[in-house]
Amino acid sequence: MASYSTSEFKNGLKFLLDGQPCVIVSNEIVQPGKGQAFNRVKYRNLITGRVLEKTFKSGEKVEAADVMDTELQYLYNDGEYWHFMDPESFEQYQAGEAAVGDNAKWLVEQDMCSVTLWNGEPIAVTPPKQVTLEVTDTDPGLKGDTAGTGGKPATLSTGAVVQVPLFVQIGDKVIVNTQTGEYVSRAK
Amino acid sequence: MSPAPSDWRPSASLETLKKRAQLLEAVRAFFSTRGVLEVETPLLSAAAAPDVHLDSVPARLHRPGIGEETRWLPTSPEYPLKRLLCAGYGDVYALGKVFRDGDESRRHQPEFTLLEWYRLDYDLPQIMAETAELLQHLLQRGVPDFFTFDELFARFAGIQDPFSAPAEAFRAVLADRGIDIAGVAPHERGLWRQLVLTEVIEPQLAARELVFVYGYPAQEAALAALHPHDPHRALRFEVYWHGMELANGYEELRDAKIYRQRFEQWNAARAAAGKRPMPLDTHLLAALEASGGLPPASGVALGFDRLVMAATGAACIDAVIAFPVPRA
Repeated sequence: MASYSTSEFKNGLKFLLDGQPCVIVSNEIVQPGKGQAFNRVKYRNLITGRVLEKTFKSGEKVEAADVMDTELQYLYNDGEYWHFMDPESFEQYQAGEAAVGDNAKWLVEQDMCSVTLWNGEPIAVTPPKQVTLEVTDTDPGLKGDTAGTGGKPATLSTGAVVQVPLFVQIGDKVIVNTQTGEYVSRAK
Repeated sequence: MSPAPSDWRPSASLETLKKRAQLLEAVRAFFSTRGVLEVETPLLSAAAAPDVHLDSVPARLHRPGIGEETRWLPTSPEYPLKRLLCAGYGDVYALGKVFRDGDESRRHQPEFTLLEWYRLDYDLPQIMAETAELLQHLLQRGVPDFFTFDELFARFAGIQDPFSAPAEAFRAVLADRGIDIAGVAPHERGLWRQLVLTEVIEPQLAARELVFVYGYPAQEAALAALHPHDPHRALRFEVYWHGMELANGYEELRDAKIYRQRFEQWNAARAAAGKRPMPLDTHLLAALEASGGLPPASGVALGFDRLVMAATGAACIDAVIAFPVPRA
Protein backbone atom coordinates (compact mmCIF):
# COMPACT_ATOMS: atom_id res chain seq x y z
CA MET A 1 0.00 0.00 0.00
CA ALA A 2 1.27 3.46 -0.83
CA SER A 3 2.14 5.76 2.02
CA TYR A 4 2.70 9.48 2.47
CA SER A 5 5.36 11.18 4.57
CA THR A 6 4.49 14.39 6.44
CA SER A 7 6.50 16.34 3.84
CA GLU A 8 3.87 15.31 1.25
CA PHE A 9 0.93 16.47 3.40
CA LYS A 10 -1.38 18.96 1.72
CA ASN A 11 -5.05 19.86 1.76
CA GLY A 12 -7.21 17.21 0.16
CA LEU A 13 -4.76 14.33 0.74
CA LYS A 14 -6.66 11.15 1.63
CA PHE A 15 -5.11 8.82 4.19
CA LEU A 16 -5.98 6.08 6.66
CA LEU A 17 -6.06 6.74 10.38
CA ASP A 18 -6.99 3.93 12.77
CA GLY A 19 -8.32 2.07 9.73
CA GLN A 20 -10.67 4.86 8.67
CA PRO A 21 -10.37 7.04 5.55
CA CYS A 22 -9.67 10.71 6.31
CA VAL A 23 -8.94 13.83 4.27
CA ILE A 24 -6.56 16.64 5.26
CA VAL A 25 -8.41 19.93 5.76
CA SER A 26 -5.39 21.99 6.86
CA ASN A 27 -1.72 21.31 7.49
CA GLU A 28 0.41 23.70 9.53
CA ILE A 29 4.12 23.14 10.07
CA VAL A 30 5.30 23.82 13.62
CA GLN A 31 9.07 24.34 13.43
CA PRO A 32 10.73 25.76 16.54
CA GLY A 33 14.04 27.50 15.81
CA LYS A 34 15.90 24.86 17.83
CA GLY A 35 13.67 21.83 17.90
CA GLN A 36 11.89 18.98 16.21
CA ALA A 37 9.39 19.95 13.51
CA PHE A 38 5.78 18.77 13.69
CA ASN A 39 2.80 18.97 11.33
CA ARG A 40 -0.39 20.21 13.00
CA VAL A 41 -3.08 18.61 10.87
CA LYS A 42 -6.83 19.16 10.76
CA TYR A 43 -8.58 16.28 9.04
CA ARG A 44 -12.09 15.09 8.34
CA ASN A 45 -13.00 11.48 8.98
CA LEU A 46 -14.81 10.57 5.75
CA ILE A 47 -17.00 8.00 7.49
CA THR A 48 -18.22 10.10 10.42
CA GLY A 49 -17.73 13.53 8.84
CA ARG A 50 -16.10 14.76 12.07
CA VAL A 51 -13.21 17.22 11.83
CA LEU A 52 -10.40 16.45 14.27
CA GLU A 53 -6.82 17.56 14.90
CA LYS A 54 -3.64 15.53 15.16
CA THR A 55 -0.03 16.65 15.45
CA PHE A 56 2.44 14.42 13.57
CA LYS A 57 6.17 14.33 14.21
CA SER A 58 7.79 15.33 10.91
CA GLY A 59 8.95 12.30 8.98
CA GLU A 60 6.02 10.16 10.17
CA LYS A 61 4.22 8.21 7.49
CA VAL A 62 0.53 7.52 6.98
CA GLU A 63 -1.03 4.94 4.72
CA ALA A 64 -2.77 6.25 1.61
CA ALA A 65 -6.51 5.68 1.45
CA ASP A 66 -7.96 4.41 -1.82
CA VAL A 67 -10.68 7.05 -1.91
CA MET A 68 -12.16 8.59 -5.06
CA ASP A 69 -15.12 10.75 -5.96
CA THR A 70 -17.18 9.52 -8.89
CA GLU A 71 -20.38 10.58 -10.67
CA LEU A 72 -23.01 7.83 -10.47
CA GLN A 73 -26.66 7.64 -11.45
CA TYR A 74 -29.12 6.89 -8.63
CA LEU A 75 -31.34 3.93 -9.58
CA TYR A 76 -33.59 2.88 -6.68
CA ASN A 77 -33.87 2.03 -3.00
CA ASP A 78 -34.67 -1.56 -2.07
CA GLY A 79 -35.61 -0.77 1.49
CA GLU A 80 -32.10 -1.35 2.80
CA TYR A 81 -29.67 -0.12 0.14
CA TRP A 82 -29.59 2.73 -2.32
CA HIS A 83 -28.42 1.47 -5.71
CA PHE A 84 -26.27 3.49 -8.08
CA MET A 85 -24.82 2.84 -11.53
CA ASP A 86 -21.84 4.10 -13.48
CA PRO A 87 -23.56 5.21 -16.74
CA GLU A 88 -20.48 4.39 -18.81
CA SER A 89 -19.38 1.01 -17.43
CA PHE A 90 -22.89 0.05 -16.18
CA GLU A 91 -21.17 -1.12 -13.00
CA GLN A 92 -23.55 -1.01 -10.04
CA TYR A 93 -22.87 0.04 -6.45
CA GLN A 94 -25.00 -0.20 -3.32
CA ALA A 95 -24.78 2.40 -0.59
CA GLY A 96 -25.99 1.78 2.96
CA GLU A 97 -27.62 4.04 5.53
CA ALA A 98 -24.23 5.23 6.86
CA ALA A 99 -23.15 6.52 3.44
CA VAL A 100 -26.46 8.11 2.46
CA GLY A 101 -27.63 9.46 5.82
CA ASP A 102 -29.84 12.56 5.69
CA ASN A 103 -29.23 12.93 1.97
CA ALA A 104 -31.74 10.11 1.33
CA LYS A 105 -34.46 12.73 1.17
CA TRP A 106 -32.81 14.38 -1.86
CA LEU A 107 -32.25 11.25 -3.94
CA VAL A 108 -34.31 11.25 -7.12
CA GLU A 109 -34.23 8.28 -9.47
CA GLN A 110 -32.10 8.92 -12.60
CA ASP A 111 -30.29 11.91 -10.98
CA MET A 112 -26.49 11.99 -11.16
CA CYS A 113 -24.92 12.07 -7.69
CA SER A 114 -21.34 12.45 -6.50
CA VAL A 115 -20.44 9.23 -4.70
CA THR A 116 -17.25 8.83 -2.67
CA LEU A 117 -15.85 5.32 -2.99
CA TRP A 118 -13.41 3.81 -0.50
CA ASN A 119 -11.87 0.55 -1.72
CA GLY A 120 -14.67 0.56 -4.31
CA GLU A 121 -17.49 0.87 -1.71
CA PRO A 122 -19.66 3.99 -1.37
CA ILE A 123 -18.99 5.86 1.89
CA ALA A 124 -20.65 9.20 1.09
CA VAL A 125 -23.33 10.33 -1.34
CA THR A 126 -23.78 13.96 -2.36
CA PRO A 127 -26.97 14.74 -4.30
CA PRO A 128 -27.06 17.36 -7.11
CA LYS A 129 -27.18 20.98 -5.87
CA GLN A 130 -30.80 21.23 -7.01
CA VAL A 131 -33.41 18.50 -7.27
CA THR A 132 -36.99 18.51 -8.57
CA LEU A 133 -39.56 16.85 -6.31
CA GLU A 134 -43.35 16.53 -6.25
CA VAL A 135 -45.41 18.01 -3.41
CA THR A 136 -47.39 15.17 -1.80
CA ASP A 137 -48.87 17.14 1.07
CA THR A 138 -49.39 20.78 1.97
CA ASP A 139 -52.23 22.80 3.46
CA PRO A 140 -54.48 23.75 0.52
CA GLY A 141 -56.46 26.23 2.63
CA LEU A 142 -53.62 28.72 2.90
CA LYS A 143 -54.22 30.89 -0.15
CA GLY A 144 -54.25 34.58 -0.82
CA ASP A 145 -50.78 36.01 -1.24
CA THR A 146 -49.89 34.83 -4.76
CA ALA A 147 -46.76 36.96 -4.80
CA GLY A 148 -45.27 34.31 -2.57
CA THR A 149 -44.27 36.37 0.43
CA GLY A 150 -45.55 34.19 3.30
CA GLY A 151 -44.83 30.45 3.42
CA LYS A 152 -46.06 27.06 4.57
CA PRO A 153 -44.52 23.63 5.07
CA ALA A 154 -44.84 21.10 2.24
CA THR A 155 -44.02 17.39 2.29
CA LEU A 156 -42.30 16.17 -0.87
CA SER A 157 -42.36 12.74 -2.52
CA THR A 158 -39.15 11.66 -0.79
CA GLY A 159 -40.40 12.66 2.65
CA ALA A 160 -38.42 15.93 2.75
CA VAL A 161 -40.28 18.85 4.32
CA VAL A 162 -39.53 22.35 3.00
CA GLN A 163 -41.04 25.81 3.38
CA VAL A 164 -42.85 26.74 0.15
CA PRO A 165 -44.81 29.83 -0.94
CA LEU A 166 -48.56 29.82 -0.29
CA PHE A 167 -49.44 29.30 -3.96
CA VAL A 168 -47.76 25.89 -4.16
CA GLN A 169 -50.31 23.07 -4.24
CA ILE A 170 -50.32 19.28 -3.89
CA GLY A 171 -49.14 17.73 -7.16
CA ASP A 172 -46.89 20.68 -8.08
CA LYS A 173 -43.26 19.97 -8.83
CA VAL A 174 -40.77 22.19 -7.01
CA ILE A 175 -37.03 22.76 -7.29
CA VAL A 176 -35.14 22.58 -3.97
CA ASN A 177 -31.56 23.50 -3.06
CA THR A 178 -30.19 20.36 -1.39
CA GLN A 179 -27.40 22.19 0.44
CA THR A 180 -29.67 24.64 2.24
CA GLY A 181 -32.92 22.63 2.09
CA GLU A 182 -34.66 25.73 0.69
CA TYR A 183 -37.33 26.05 -2.00
CA VAL A 184 -35.97 27.62 -5.21
CA SER A 185 -38.95 27.73 -7.60
CA ARG A 186 -41.78 25.80 -9.12
CA ALA A 187 -40.64 23.42 -11.86
CA LYS A 188 -42.23 23.90 -15.30
CA MET B 1 1.82 23.29 -10.86
CA SER B 2 1.99 26.38 -13.04
CA PRO B 3 1.85 29.71 -11.21
CA ALA B 4 -1.38 31.71 -11.21
CA PRO B 5 -1.28 34.65 -13.66
CA SER B 6 -1.33 37.14 -10.76
CA ASP B 7 1.82 35.62 -9.18
CA TRP B 8 4.01 38.29 -10.76
CA ARG B 9 2.61 40.74 -8.21
CA PRO B 10 4.36 41.32 -4.88
CA SER B 11 2.62 39.70 -1.91
CA ALA B 12 3.60 42.58 0.40
CA SER B 13 1.94 45.99 0.12
CA LEU B 14 3.96 49.11 -0.66
CA GLU B 15 3.11 50.40 2.81
CA THR B 16 4.57 47.24 4.39
CA LEU B 17 7.73 47.44 2.29
CA LYS B 18 8.17 51.08 3.41
CA LYS B 19 7.85 49.96 7.04
CA ARG B 20 10.33 47.16 6.31
CA ALA B 21 12.85 49.66 4.90
CA GLN B 22 12.38 51.92 7.95
CA LEU B 23 13.05 48.97 10.27
CA LEU B 24 16.23 48.04 8.38
CA GLU B 25 17.43 51.62 8.82
CA ALA B 26 16.43 51.70 12.49
CA VAL B 27 18.31 48.44 13.22
CA ARG B 28 21.44 49.78 11.53
CA ALA B 29 21.18 53.11 13.39
CA PHE B 30 20.74 51.28 16.72
CA PHE B 31 23.94 49.27 16.28
CA SER B 32 25.89 52.09 14.67
CA THR B 33 25.21 54.28 17.74
CA ARG B 34 26.47 51.46 19.96
CA GLY B 35 29.64 50.87 17.96
CA VAL B 36 28.66 47.43 16.66
CA LEU B 37 30.13 46.87 13.18
CA GLU B 38 27.96 45.61 10.32
CA VAL B 39 29.70 42.83 8.38
CA GLU B 40 28.73 40.55 5.52
CA THR B 41 29.26 36.82 5.79
CA PRO B 42 29.52 34.20 3.02
CA LEU B 43 26.47 32.78 1.29
CA LEU B 44 28.49 29.98 -0.32
CA SER B 45 30.14 28.20 2.56
CA ALA B 46 32.13 24.96 2.43
CA ALA B 47 30.63 24.01 5.82
CA ALA B 48 27.07 23.79 7.04
CA ALA B 49 25.31 23.77 10.40
CA PRO B 50 25.05 20.17 11.63
CA ASP B 51 22.03 20.91 13.90
CA VAL B 52 19.73 17.90 13.70
CA HIS B 53 16.66 20.01 12.97
CA LEU B 54 18.19 22.31 10.37
CA ASP B 55 18.50 21.44 6.71
CA SER B 56 20.86 23.49 4.57
CA VAL B 57 20.32 24.24 0.90
CA PRO B 58 23.22 23.09 -1.31
CA ALA B 59 24.68 25.03 -4.23
CA ARG B 60 27.07 23.84 -6.91
CA LEU B 61 30.22 25.76 -7.73
CA HIS B 62 32.78 25.22 -10.52
CA ARG B 63 36.15 26.56 -9.40
CA PRO B 64 38.95 27.06 -11.92
CA GLY B 65 41.74 24.56 -11.33
CA ILE B 66 39.75 22.84 -8.57
CA GLY B 67 36.58 21.59 -10.19
CA GLU B 68 33.06 21.08 -8.96
CA GLU B 69 32.32 21.71 -5.29
CA THR B 70 29.21 21.54 -3.17
CA ARG B 71 28.74 24.71 -1.16
CA TRP B 72 26.02 25.40 1.42
CA LEU B 73 23.78 28.41 1.86
CA PRO B 74 23.93 29.49 5.51
CA THR B 75 21.16 28.69 8.00
CA SER B 76 22.60 31.60 10.04
CA PRO B 77 25.78 33.74 9.99
CA GLU B 78 26.83 32.35 13.39
CA TYR B 79 30.04 30.56 12.40
CA PRO B 80 31.70 33.34 10.35
CA LEU B 81 30.66 35.94 12.96
CA LYS B 82 32.32 33.84 15.65
CA ARG B 83 35.47 33.64 13.51
CA LEU B 84 35.51 37.45 13.48
CA LEU B 85 35.20 37.45 17.30
CA CYS B 86 38.15 35.03 17.50
CA ALA B 87 40.12 37.28 15.13
CA GLY B 88 39.62 40.18 17.55
CA TYR B 89 37.33 42.30 15.33
CA GLY B 90 35.12 43.25 18.28
CA ASP B 91 31.32 43.61 18.36
CA VAL B 92 29.79 42.63 15.03
CA TYR B 93 26.43 42.06 13.41
CA ALA B 94 25.09 40.69 10.14
CA LEU B 95 21.72 41.54 8.62
CA GLY B 96 21.02 39.38 5.58
CA LYS B 97 19.49 36.36 3.94
CA VAL B 98 19.67 32.86 5.40
CA PHE B 99 18.18 29.63 4.10
CA ARG B 100 16.45 26.66 5.74
CA ASP B 101 15.27 23.86 3.50
CA GLY B 102 11.77 22.52 4.05
CA ASP B 103 10.55 25.43 6.17
CA GLU B 104 7.38 26.86 4.71
CA SER B 105 4.41 27.94 6.79
CA ARG B 106 2.54 31.06 7.88
CA ARG B 107 5.68 31.96 9.87
CA HIS B 108 8.42 30.34 7.79
CA GLN B 109 10.04 30.86 4.43
CA PRO B 110 13.01 28.78 3.21
CA GLU B 111 14.73 32.09 2.33
CA PHE B 112 14.42 34.76 5.00
CA THR B 113 16.25 37.67 6.61
CA LEU B 114 18.07 37.25 9.89
CA LEU B 115 19.67 39.82 12.19
CA GLU B 116 22.45 38.32 14.27
CA TRP B 117 24.76 40.25 16.60
CA TYR B 118 27.52 39.52 19.11
CA ARG B 119 28.65 41.54 22.10
CA LEU B 120 32.00 40.91 23.74
CA ASP B 121 31.97 40.55 27.54
CA TYR B 122 28.15 40.59 27.75
CA ASP B 123 26.58 37.99 30.01
CA LEU B 124 23.05 36.60 29.60
CA PRO B 125 21.26 39.36 31.61
CA GLN B 126 23.12 42.06 29.66
CA ILE B 127 22.34 40.62 26.23
CA MET B 128 18.69 40.09 27.22
CA ALA B 129 18.54 43.72 28.36
CA GLU B 130 19.97 44.95 25.05
CA THR B 131 17.55 42.75 23.08
CA ALA B 132 14.67 44.21 25.10
CA GLU B 133 15.89 47.76 24.41
CA LEU B 134 16.18 47.05 20.68
CA LEU B 135 12.69 45.55 20.48
CA GLN B 136 11.05 48.21 22.66
CA HIS B 137 12.64 50.83 20.41
CA LEU B 138 11.72 49.17 17.10
CA LEU B 139 8.19 48.15 18.08
CA GLN B 140 7.46 51.15 20.36
CA ARG B 141 6.36 48.86 23.15
CA GLY B 142 6.67 48.76 26.94
CA VAL B 143 8.71 46.53 29.20
CA PRO B 144 8.54 42.82 28.25
CA ASP B 145 7.57 39.96 30.58
CA PHE B 146 10.46 37.76 31.74
CA PHE B 147 9.99 34.12 32.76
CA THR B 148 12.49 31.42 33.54
CA PHE B 149 11.85 28.13 31.72
CA ASP B 150 10.59 26.71 35.07
CA GLU B 151 8.24 29.64 35.73
CA LEU B 152 6.86 29.31 32.21
CA PHE B 153 5.95 25.63 32.66
CA ALA B 154 4.60 26.16 36.19
CA ARG B 155 2.44 29.11 35.24
CA PHE B 156 1.07 28.03 31.85
CA ALA B 157 1.09 24.22 32.07
CA GLY B 158 0.97 23.48 35.81
CA ILE B 159 4.27 21.56 35.63
CA GLN B 160 6.37 22.56 38.63
CA ASP B 161 9.72 21.16 37.56
CA PRO B 162 10.11 20.76 33.81
CA PHE B 163 13.73 19.69 34.31
CA SER B 164 12.92 16.59 36.34
CA ALA B 165 9.24 15.94 35.55
CA PRO B 166 8.81 12.53 33.88
CA ALA B 167 7.52 12.10 30.32
CA GLU B 168 4.10 11.08 31.73
CA ALA B 169 3.66 14.51 33.32
CA PHE B 170 4.01 16.21 29.92
CA ARG B 171 1.87 13.61 28.18
CA ALA B 172 -0.88 14.08 30.79
CA VAL B 173 -0.98 17.86 30.19
CA LEU B 174 -1.42 17.25 26.44
CA ALA B 175 -4.01 14.50 26.98
CA ASP B 176 -6.02 16.72 29.40
CA ARG B 177 -6.38 19.26 26.61
CA GLY B 178 -7.32 16.63 24.04
CA ILE B 179 -4.14 17.20 22.02
CA ASP B 180 -3.53 14.14 19.87
CA ILE B 181 0.10 13.41 18.93
CA ALA B 182 1.46 10.88 16.42
CA GLY B 183 5.00 9.57 16.07
CA VAL B 184 6.47 10.26 19.52
CA ALA B 185 7.42 7.26 21.69
CA PRO B 186 6.13 7.34 25.31
CA HIS B 187 9.63 7.76 26.77
CA GLU B 188 10.77 10.64 24.52
CA ARG B 189 10.69 13.15 27.35
CA GLY B 190 12.39 16.00 25.49
CA LEU B 191 9.89 15.86 22.64
CA TRP B 192 6.87 15.69 24.99
CA ARG B 193 8.25 18.72 26.83
CA GLN B 194 8.71 20.55 23.52
CA LEU B 195 5.11 19.69 22.57
CA VAL B 196 3.80 21.13 25.84
CA LEU B 197 5.70 24.29 24.98
CA THR B 198 4.43 24.59 21.38
CA GLU B 199 0.90 23.18 21.79
CA VAL B 200 -0.05 24.35 25.29
CA ILE B 201 2.15 27.24 26.41
CA GLU B 202 2.84 29.21 23.21
CA PRO B 203 -0.89 29.61 22.40
CA GLN B 204 -1.32 31.23 25.85
CA LEU B 205 1.54 33.63 25.13
CA ALA B 206 -0.48 34.90 22.16
CA ALA B 207 -2.25 37.28 24.56
CA ARG B 208 1.07 38.93 25.51
CA GLU B 209 3.31 41.19 23.48
CA LEU B 210 7.02 40.62 24.26
CA VAL B 211 7.88 37.64 26.44
CA PHE B 212 11.46 36.59 27.30
CA VAL B 213 12.07 33.00 28.40
CA TYR B 214 15.49 32.01 29.71
CA GLY B 215 17.37 29.10 31.26
CA TYR B 216 16.61 26.31 28.78
CA PRO B 217 17.41 22.64 29.43
CA ALA B 218 21.01 21.69 28.63
CA GLN B 219 19.78 19.22 25.98
CA GLU B 220 18.45 22.25 24.06
CA ALA B 221 21.56 24.36 24.58
CA ALA B 222 22.62 24.47 20.90
CA LEU B 223 25.83 26.54 21.21
CA ALA B 224 24.99 28.25 24.49
CA ALA B 225 27.20 27.90 27.57
CA LEU B 226 25.84 25.90 30.50
CA HIS B 227 25.06 27.58 33.82
CA PRO B 228 28.33 27.47 35.85
CA HIS B 229 26.57 26.17 38.99
CA ASP B 230 23.76 24.20 37.39
CA PRO B 231 24.89 22.23 34.33
CA HIS B 232 21.27 21.14 33.61
CA ARG B 233 20.52 24.67 32.48
CA ALA B 234 21.79 26.42 29.38
CA LEU B 235 22.41 30.17 29.29
CA ARG B 236 19.98 30.54 26.43
CA PHE B 237 16.91 32.73 25.97
CA GLU B 238 14.08 33.09 23.51
CA VAL B 239 11.86 36.07 22.77
CA TYR B 240 8.22 35.67 21.81
CA TRP B 241 5.93 38.21 20.23
CA HIS B 242 2.27 37.23 20.80
CA GLY B 243 3.39 33.60 21.12
CA MET B 244 5.53 33.68 17.94
CA GLU B 245 9.28 33.00 18.30
CA LEU B 246 11.09 36.19 17.40
CA ALA B 247 14.67 35.82 18.67
CA ASN B 248 17.02 33.31 20.24
CA GLY B 249 20.16 34.24 22.15
CA TYR B 250 22.99 32.76 24.19
CA GLU B 251 25.75 33.55 26.48
CA GLU B 252 28.14 31.78 24.15
CA LEU B 253 29.90 28.50 24.61
CA ARG B 254 33.65 29.19 24.64
CA ASP B 255 35.53 25.89 24.81
CA ALA B 256 36.82 24.75 21.40
CA LYS B 257 36.73 21.09 22.46
CA ILE B 258 33.06 21.31 23.41
CA TYR B 259 32.23 22.94 20.06
CA ARG B 260 33.77 19.97 18.29
CA GLN B 261 32.00 17.55 20.67
CA ARG B 262 28.57 19.11 20.10
CA PHE B 263 29.06 19.22 16.31
CA GLU B 264 30.04 15.55 16.29
CA GLN B 265 27.09 14.62 18.54
CA TRP B 266 24.71 16.45 16.19
CA ASN B 267 26.14 14.77 13.12
CA ALA B 268 25.76 11.40 14.85
CA ALA B 269 22.14 12.28 15.66
CA ARG B 270 21.63 13.31 12.03
CA ALA B 271 22.97 9.97 10.85
CA ALA B 272 20.72 8.16 13.36
CA ALA B 273 17.74 10.12 11.99
CA GLY B 274 18.66 9.07 8.44
CA LYS B 275 19.94 12.54 7.53
CA ARG B 276 23.17 13.33 5.76
CA PRO B 277 25.95 14.47 8.14
CA MET B 278 27.16 18.00 7.32
CA PRO B 279 30.77 19.04 6.66
CA LEU B 280 32.03 20.64 9.90
CA ASP B 281 33.22 24.23 9.83
CA THR B 282 36.94 23.54 10.12
CA HIS B 283 37.67 27.29 9.87
CA LEU B 284 35.56 27.96 12.96
CA LEU B 285 37.14 25.07 14.87
CA ALA B 286 40.64 26.26 13.87
CA ALA B 287 39.77 29.84 14.95
CA LEU B 288 38.53 28.63 18.34
CA GLU B 289 41.60 26.44 18.85
CA ALA B 290 44.02 29.19 17.78
CA SER B 291 42.52 31.80 20.12
CA GLY B 292 42.05 29.57 23.18
CA GLY B 293 38.29 29.42 22.69
CA LEU B 294 35.70 32.06 21.87
CA PRO B 295 36.30 35.31 23.77
CA PRO B 296 33.59 35.88 26.42
CA ALA B 297 30.56 37.07 24.45
CA SER B 298 26.81 36.81 24.01
CA GLY B 299 24.86 36.79 20.78
CA VAL B 300 21.32 36.92 19.44
CA ALA B 301 19.60 35.84 16.21
CA LEU B 302 16.41 37.72 15.43
CA GLY B 303 14.03 36.88 12.58
CA PHE B 304 13.77 40.17 10.72
CA ASP B 305 10.70 39.19 8.66
CA ARG B 306 8.88 38.30 11.88
CA LEU B 307 9.92 41.64 13.32
CA VAL B 308 8.20 43.29 10.35
CA MET B 309 5.15 41.06 11.01
CA ALA B 310 5.15 42.29 14.62
CA ALA B 311 5.47 45.93 13.55
CA THR B 312 2.71 45.73 10.92
CA GLY B 313 0.37 43.22 12.58
CA ALA B 314 0.70 40.82 9.62
CA ALA B 315 -0.49 37.27 10.42
CA CYS B 316 1.42 35.66 7.55
CA ILE B 317 5.10 36.03 6.62
CA ASP B 318 4.14 36.32 2.91
CA ALA B 319 2.62 39.71 3.72
CA VAL B 320 6.02 41.20 4.65
CA ILE B 321 8.15 39.76 1.81
CA ALA B 322 7.77 41.15 -1.71
CA PHE B 323 8.37 37.82 -3.40
CA PRO B 324 8.21 34.78 -1.10
CA VAL B 325 9.22 31.39 -2.48
CA PRO B 326 5.99 30.58 -4.38
CA ARG B 327 6.48 33.86 -6.32
CA ALA B 328 10.28 33.97 -6.37
